[in-house]
Amino acid sequence: MTDEKDLIRDDIEAYLAKYRKKELLRFVSVGSVDDGKSTLIGRILYDTGMVFEDQMAAVRAASQTEEPDLALLTDGLKAEREQGITIDVAYRYFATDKRKFIIADTPGHIQYTRNMVTGASTADVALILIDARHGVLQQSRRHAYIASLLGIPHLAVCVNKMDLREYSQKVYEEISADFMEFGKTLRFKDIQFFPVSALVGDNVVSDSENTPWYDGPNVLGYLETVPVFEDRNFADFRYPVQYVIRPDLDYRGFAAEVAAGVIAKGDDVISLPTGKASKVKAIDTYDGELDEAFAGQSVTIRLEDEIDISRGDMIVKPDNLPRVTRRFDAHLVWMHERPLDTEKAYLVKHTTQTVRAQIDKIYCEIDMDTLEERVTDGIALNDIARVRLSCHRALYVDDYQRNRETGAFIVIDSLTNNTVAAGMISLEGADQDIGEVMKELHAESAMEPKTFVSNTERMERFGQRGATVWLQGLPGSGRWTLAYALERRLFDDGRTATVVNPVGEDLRSMISAAKAVTDAGLINICAFPSPTRTDRDKLKARIGEDRVIQVYVNTDEALCRERRPDADFSKFEAPEDPDITVALDEMRIDKAVEIIMEALRERGQFED
Amino acid sequence: MQVNARKLSQLRQLEAESIQIIREAAAEFDKPVMMYSVGKDSSVMLRLAEKAFAPGPLPFPLLHVDTTWKFQDMYRYRDTIEATVKADLIKYTNAEGVAMGMNPFDFGSKKYTDIMKTEALKQALTKHEFDCAFGGARRDEEKSRAKERIFSFRDSHHQWDPKNQRPELWNVFNAKIKKGENVRVFPLSNWTELDVWLYVWLEDIPVVPLYFAKERPVVERSGTWILVDDDRMRLEPGEEPQMKQVRFRTLGCYPLSGAVESTADTVPKVIQEMLLNRFSERQGRLIDFDEEGSMEVKKREGYF
Repeated sequence: MTDEKDLIRDDIEAYLAKYRKKELLRFVSVGSVDDGKSTLIGRILYDTGMVFEDQMAAVRAASQTEEPDLALLTDGLKAEREQGITIDVAYRYFATDKRKFIIADTPGHIQYTRNMVTGASTADVALILIDARHGVLQQSRRHAYIASLLGIPHLAVCVNKMDLREYSQKVYEEISADFMEFGKTLRFKDIQFFPVSALVGDNVVSDSENTPWYDGPNVLGYLETVPVFEDRNFADFRYPVQYVIRPDLDYRGFAAEVAAGVIAKGDDVISLPTGKASKVKAIDTYDGELDEAFAGQSVTIRLEDEIDISRGDMIVKPDNLPRVTRRFDAHLVWMHERPLDTEKAYLVKHTTQTVRAQIDKIYCEIDMDTLEERVTDGIALNDIARVRLSCHRALYVDDYQRNRETGAFIVIDSLTNNTVAAGMISLEGADQDIGEVMKELHAESAMEPKTFVSNTERMERFGQRGATVWLQGLPGSGRWTLAYALERRLFDDGRTATVVNPVGEDLRSMISAAKAVTDAGLINICAFPSPTRTDRDKLKARIGEDRVIQVYVNTDEALCRERRPDADFSKFEAPEDPDITVALDEMRIDKAVEIIMEALRERGQFED
Repeated sequence: MQVNARKLSQLRQLEAESIQIIREAAAEFDKPVMMYSVGKDSSVMLRLAEKAFAPGPLPFPLLHVDTTWKFQDMYRYRDTIEATVKADLIKYTNAEGVAMGMNPFDFGSKKYTDIMKTEALKQALTKHEFDCAFGGARRDEEKSRAKERIFSFRDSHHQWDPKNQRPELWNVFNAKIKKGENVRVFPLSNWTELDVWLYVWLEDIPVVPLYFAKERPVVERSGTWILVDDDRMRLEPGEEPQMKQVRFRTLGCYPLSGAVESTADTVPKVIQEMLLNRFSERQGRLIDFDEEGSMEVKKREGYF
């Protein structure tokens, strides 16, 4: 640090020339409240001189101890300070003379999955702490598992609080071996262990004299040198078009960040979904044309031919195609209090495309205690599961472990617009050629016809459950009058209801119509004659017993006969177990309506 | 060390990421606007936007919330930008505030900022029905910003709820909102103050001269130098303006922004001074000292 300071003082331009060439490293630090993670980050910031004097003064003032409590440096929002825990991901920045660092600091308490996944999504390195007094706990395995699932290439394991274990080599080696046993089943490029004391500062930013038996790098030394630029995928060119730049008729450029691979002027490309081929005419930037662009650069590409390309399309190379598919498997991390609804159509945002999709199959969830797969029928907050997605339109995807950019997606609830899940695509099988890709794209219009709106969504939209209120009774009992009065009452109550009354249809068509309206989430009121028990059994079987409310309009028969002298009264069989019975010779219509309303409320027909 | 041509420096990586963010918001929202505060961060953000859509014009206007109490240098600089930038520049002032005679002398910094900045911004966004506003805030500026999202959701009252923010993963941003809601987008989230200055230097981005040291008439208040910028400045009894070599680390409204004594009159010298001083940037801005966690409170209310 002092060398840097001298350079800043003596030759600022030389310092800046050096600084501008620095590389960026993002790491995520994970751990629980007690294992000293905040202290470690505070120690790194403090020892690298990244802490301002006024910040340090505040920390000294707030510390309960004589020594400043460095954990307070990474302290967050006011509400969290009051609760004594961090509740989200906080980003910190520091630089050394070798690299600039972005730390995603995530808490290790109960919400850890959601927060850690967020912080881990962009990280190059995961930094995990193990308390030397407790050894490898399940929690450490869990954190390593998530880091691996999120495709973080490098893992740094700090065996912390070595000062409380007399800097014992044996303790360190046992913990390392224990962890490695598990770590080798994961997908890291490398795993590095460090014996540290964040509190004292051993092996954090400088080598410690307390661990003469350790000859590896210190934590900061490792972070400064671990090679990360090769972690990007430079093999598979993927260019998800973000924006079409058309200032005038002569210029048409396709703007995007190169998601993966390399593209050069003159390269053959094709565009998905059209499959049209062309060549790269120019790679433009504000600062001039480039001969070549590579993963991570934001550029604008012009093509030799005028082909129709818009946002959401992907430019790729003809001999290296992504998987083009509407259906794929993925690991899903659920991030919202409201659990997954497998019937509902969510929005899936993948690169620059947003499509409707259903998560229609849950293969299994990951048991976060054993990290083994187990059967489940639902996914809730902080669950990780393996699922299948069926999209309305084809996406251009890669396996997440091969390409983070085109293997990742988020799931958005289309009613609330919340981000409810994060997904990592897993693909099996051989790559496709262009013939197979085009076949898949043409198959879109031949999708099996089915609804993308779930019952739960309908319920949320209408504030009610779909149902059929079936009025039964003798001819002249006042069924229809009651039906329309009830419709009006429901409507006034803010409900969505209708009287289904197609003239001249038979009972079978009538039941079909009633079912369709009920499926749509409406309250269907029906007074169509259904005199026999067999009729009513058919009706219940078809619509579903729990969705039919039978109302027996038990008006005095003599009155009915008087009203409808010509009607056939012989067929009518009184219902055996109606849900509600009303008698219109004894009460006014309004009263009957209120009785039915009350019964509907009691059945939980309405949301509120 | 192996030299590889396909390796981005951290600054070029930040640049590419910011361009991706700006393009994404421009594509997904119906009516975005870029907040233009005339400061160095705004200037860098504007350059990034120009880079994102070159050779085309910006697909959104700039919005300058004019409190009428900006430094005269800032107005001059803004007018130069307006004349050259390939975008519309909307100027908005809270007319009710002006009618009330709102000024930072009689009303105190909190009330003044509420009405002339926070309220004015809300009014402008509502009036033009903007559903997305780019801001130049950075996460390293202040503790409560460390966990701010890049796409920061605001409800229909423009309020920010730290407990109700959407998780943000990779560079896949959720831009879905309902009518009346809006999103603040911060393309410079991952930049540090040093990065911003370095970019100003490398890209030769013009900034307001107040950032550079010069002899200026000032008075001392609460341990900081207050510029006597024009004849609206009210002097306390016994106060006598004196000439001092000063510059501003952040620009806001006078007399709320304090100057520091300095000899740094070039960008490298400013960076040098900043690194050697190691003082938190916002120390020169009086509004942050109103109360504990005050930036967080302001954010909930809708200030950036």
